[in-house]
Amino acid sequence: MLKSVGFYRQSQDIDVLLDSLLNNISGDLHLMSNSIDTSKRRFLSAAASVVGGAGVVAVAIPFVSSIAPSAKAEAAGAPVQIDISQLEPGQLLTVEWRGKPVWVFRRSAEVLKDLASLTSELRDPQSQQEQQPAYAQNETRSIREDLMVMVGICTHLGCSPTYRPEIAPNDLGADWKGGFFCPCHGSRFDLAGRVYQGVPAPTNLEVPPYHFQGDNTVIVGEDAQGAA
Amino acid sequence: MSMMDWIDARFPATKMWKEHLSEYYAPKNFNFWYFFGSLALLILVLQIVTGIFLTMNYKPDAELAFASVEYIMRDVQWGWLIRYLHSTGASAFFIVIYLHMFRGLLYGSYKQPRELVWIFGMLLYVVLMAEAFMGYLLPWGQMSYWGAQVIISLFGALPVIGEDLALWIRGDYVVADATLNRFFAFHVIALPIVLLGLVVAHILALHEVGSNNPDGIEIKQTKDKNGKPLDGIPFHPYYSVKDLVGVVVFLFVFSLVLFYMPEFGGWFLEKDNFVPADPLKTPEHIVPLWYFTPFYAILRAVPDKLMGVIAMGLAIVMLFLLPWLDRSKTRSIRYRGPYFRTALTIFVISFVALGYLGTQPATSLYTLLAQIFTVLYFAFFILMPVYTKLDKDKPVPERVTYK
Repeated sequence: MLKSVGFYRQSQDIDVLLDSLLNNISGDLHLMSNSIDTSKRRFLSAAASVVGGAGVVAVAIPFVSSIAPSAKAEAAGAPVQIDISQLEPGQLLTVEWRGKPVWVFRRSAEVLKDLASLTSELRDPQSQQEQQPAYAQNETRSIREDLMVMVGICTHLGCSPTYRPEIAPNDLGADWKGGFFCPCHGSRFDLAGRVYQGVPAPTNLEVPPYHFQGDNTVIVGEDAQGAA
Repeated sequence: MSMMDWIDARFPATKMWKEHLSEYYAPKNFNFWYFFGSLALLILVLQIVTGIFLTMNYKPDAELAFASVEYIMRDVQWGWLIRYLHSTGASAFFIVIYLHMFRGLLYGSYKQPRELVWIFGMLLYVVLMAEAFMGYLLPWGQMSYWGAQVIISLFGALPVIGEDLALWIRGDYVVADATLNRFFAFHVIALPIVLLGLVVAHILALHEVGSNNPDGIEIKQTKDKNGKPLDGIPFHPYYSVKDLVGVVVFLFVFSLVLFYMPEFGGWFLEKDNFVPADPLKTPEHIVPLWYFTPFYAILRAVPDKLMGVIAMGLAIVMLFLLPWLDRSKTRSIRYRGPYFRTALTIFVISFVALGYLGTQPATSLYTLLAQIFTVLYFAFFILMPVYTKLDKDKPVPERVTYK
């Protein structure tokens, strides 16, 4: 304190001197009486942070939700109706459901026979993984043996595989019994959408919920009991 | 009192000018590799300016986007130039950034005390990749669409939350209008703001510690009696003028591509992207743009979906860890021992090879090669603490060498 008085000795400005003295004294008193209640401060800071943080989270909710699928996008997921009366064996029909390609195709008797012979080359021949509704969890992964319905999106990274029904083409090898080949990363599926071993796709292609209305109409996106 | 004094009393204009330009002492031995930082800044400005003008005619709507890009190309006066400046600029950005990062590897610019310069730079690189990826969806061509579909599906590989996360990112069950619209928002406003902020942080961190140089010597250790580094020269006018030469050469090459081969044979603008997006038909061969292909090759090299995604992520994470993986005291390749030189050579070959393999169809031979180079890529990082410790570095001189 004396030092600071000395510092101002040459100063003409008595106000400055008084000011500084007063400041020093009050500062010292402050420290001496230890009037800062640090635990109270800590509590108040923590309480303010928690309340503020809760506010930030609350405000974040509408923003995060706003980029989830909108009511319109969800409504576009309505079931689609497909007429299959003209579908010949080997023919494939692509329809759009929820913006995804859905394949509907008819399999011949030979194809069904070949399906049974592939078991040892497939990753999940019995369709243990839930990639299909319970009513399609069978060898042919379908309600009716000849008619196959599945989502045409590769389970690897979402490309749409190509339909390659021909037997043993040059590019796919002599063992090829017909199926789907994904041009993106070379995943292979058989004509029941079951994935082969040793390809990047981890699971069988997805079978959407569907049911038949009469003999010639398929409804995709809905189980027989009601909406999926 | 001059105008400048008036301003300086209210805003540190002169102070900042001195700190960052006229009295920022940079080592006097900068070589060719030191052009790329300022060139990256130039391209950033180019991208922002051309981007602003593109948004004036572009329509972020799945029905209109493809046609609006064609409208810019055909009907908007000089629209083709602005669009090609932007698309060529994107590839030029990555060329410059890769060379800039390679410079960091050559001269150990990531090493203590420049770890944060490196980290900010890596964050810039990651944000730039996101920026480029989202920008590539906007023309709404086949490659835009299916490229985005593949990359967003990567998030679906995460256990439990994956599918919901991918759905949330897309805003629809497949890549759709909602996705395009939000990518537009991220591309034109959210990510550019982050980029600019990171650029400021990158430069501030650099100017705090000072620039490294081809000898990897701290010039701050030898100062004259005024406290100025003996081996340093003021950035302005010395390097600002030198960088202008780099700018001229760069613009020369850039213009050749821009005017004579803006698609660069399908490398800068892929052929399939001149077909409008079709959610029901995947192109025969999906390839990401060239600057992503090394990581894409790593993704494909791993035969398991989740592990592939993890490997791809780790390939980038490894770069972040570089300052701590390198145990050598020596910065510059000039004084590094044979182990590091060999490792860096193998790493560069692996990176380029993976980049090539990522553009090719995944045949069994190419997949095997990709697996070998993926192992080499990771070996560079994982073995680094060992070989940099054992390496026989040469003695580093006191002062920078300068011809």
